[in-house]
Amino acid sequence: MNTKCDQCDKPAEVHEIDAIKGVHVHLCREHAIEAGFQVPQSAPVTDLLTQFATMQTPTQLPRKVEKPTACGTCGSTFARFRKTGLLGCPDCYEAFSKQLDGVIARSQNGASSHTGRVPDRSSALVDLQALRRSLIEELDRAVASEQYERAASLRDRLHTLASETVE
Amino acid sequence: MSRTGNHTVKLKQTGPWIEHSGPDADVVVSSRARLARNLSGLPFVNQASDVEKREVLQLVQTLPLAGDRSEELVWIDLQQSTPEDRRLLFERHLVSRQFLESISPRAVAIADDEQLSVMVNEEDHLRMQVLLPGLELEEAWRRVVEFDRRLERNADIAVHPRWGYLTACPTNVGTAIRFSVMLHLPGLRLTNELERLRRASNDLDLAVRGFYGEGSDSSGDFYQVSNQLTLGVSETDLLATFVGEIVPRIVAYERMARDILIERSATLLEDRVHRALGTLRSARLLAIEESMKHLSRVRLGIALGLLTDIPMGTVQRLFLEVQPAHLRRVQPDSIDDTALEPVTEDRLLDDERTRRRRADLVRTALSE
Repeated sequence: MNTKCDQCDKPAEVHEIDAIKGVHVHLCREHAIEAGFQVPQSAPVTDLLTQFATMQTPTQLPRKVEKPTACGTCGSTFARFRKTGLLGCPDCYEAFSKQLDGVIARSQNGASSHTGRVPDRSSALVDLQALRRSLIEELDRAVASEQYERAASLRDRLHTLASETVE
Repeated sequence: MSRTGNHTVKLKQTGPWIEHSGPDADVVVSSRARLARNLSGLPFVNQASDVEKREVLQLVQTLPLAGDRSEELVWIDLQQSTPEDRRLLFERHLVSRQFLESISPRAVAIADDEQLSVMVNEEDHLRMQVLLPGLELEEAWRRVVEFDRRLERNADIAVHPRWGYLTACPTNVGTAIRFSVMLHLPGLRLTNELERLRRASNDLDLAVRGFYGEGSDSSGDFYQVSNQLTLGVSETDLLATFVGEIVPRIVAYERMARDILIERSATLLEDRVHRALGTLRSARLLAIEESMKHLSRVRLGIALGLLTDIPMGTVQRLFLEVQPAHLRRVQPDSIDDTALEPVTEDRLLDDERTRRRRADLVRTALSE
């Protein structure tokens, strides 16, 4: 359909119904702006095509991030979080860390790490010891099942842990 | 942590602390510091089975959390309490609406003075609060953190090196602290300045809520202002901002609005205050909303020195005692009471017997 503007011969871009007069209004871009219509500032299709054709191919496409579908500890999913706003267990923070980064930053005015109190030394030590124990267990399992890449990363984490002191 | 007791017997009375009014009481009704904590190694409440929830209850109940002042923590199992008692706890600001309405295993531990309380199995395993009259956020913080330290010495709390204290809802993560003040702002409402306050609060990442927190309306011109950010700002910095800037500014703003009202429409203001008192002193039926509205005006009248024969504490106590569950406790009927349906949300608020009882109570309390 190629309706002409009511006021000139140009093709109409704005099509409205005047509710008061009960008539259809067709206006070209210029006359629509003159009549006070909000005309979207979108470029004509041809321009867009040109831009698309001349656009540089991105040298590297963003790598698809592998998202865990469920938390290994509690089985809660990120879809469930989207629905309820609640995570299933403390480990969900690791399981969904990629997605949560943005969620937390948005709700916390861009903040990305904790400042303030941490549990007393004694219980923090308990935490670290428990973490170390579980990493060692995992490392043993990884070596036994010949998952050397995983074993290496676990060893790195253990080294980092050892160099960290409790605040 | 405590003896299990029939604390609700005690809740029947409203202790003398209800009438205490703290610093800046003309505007600041109460101050609260609340911490959310979760036990590590267990799913959050929303993902926990009833068995796991009971495990949490058991664990928390057996922790030696008694301090110097809160040794008399009383444990109330909400599954074993009556709807009336639960509603009573809610009206006392000791449990949230969500907690009141839930049906899963949950409990609240309350210190003898009712200033410290811990909800177990609300959204997080533990939500502990200290609620004090007037502007006393520093003391509330001091006391809640003292309790938190005892908790951490005895339990393994879920923390993360980057995110801090872990909470079921990531919007609370970090310090997991909520500071809030309950403000009486009739001046700002009468001068139509509340919208500006809301906008400013929004810009400062503060939440403005009604008398009973999330989702409640601002009956009686009470507004609860609290922080929304919990990450990247330490508790002490946040506290300093609240005590040093935010609250004083709102208080000053409200006082200015009251000054303007007196300056420009003293007679109108006096008329409203005295009419409110007149209604409260003579009504034979009082709906909840109506009583809150008039009590608010009387409170304003006292704060402005327009009414000198009524203690602020009396009005403060009435705000609580006109609530449905409290009305039943304070003024039980001799025979009919047992025949009444359990207190449910809205139905009871306006039934005729309740309105009559409320009017009787208020009339007696404010009689000349």
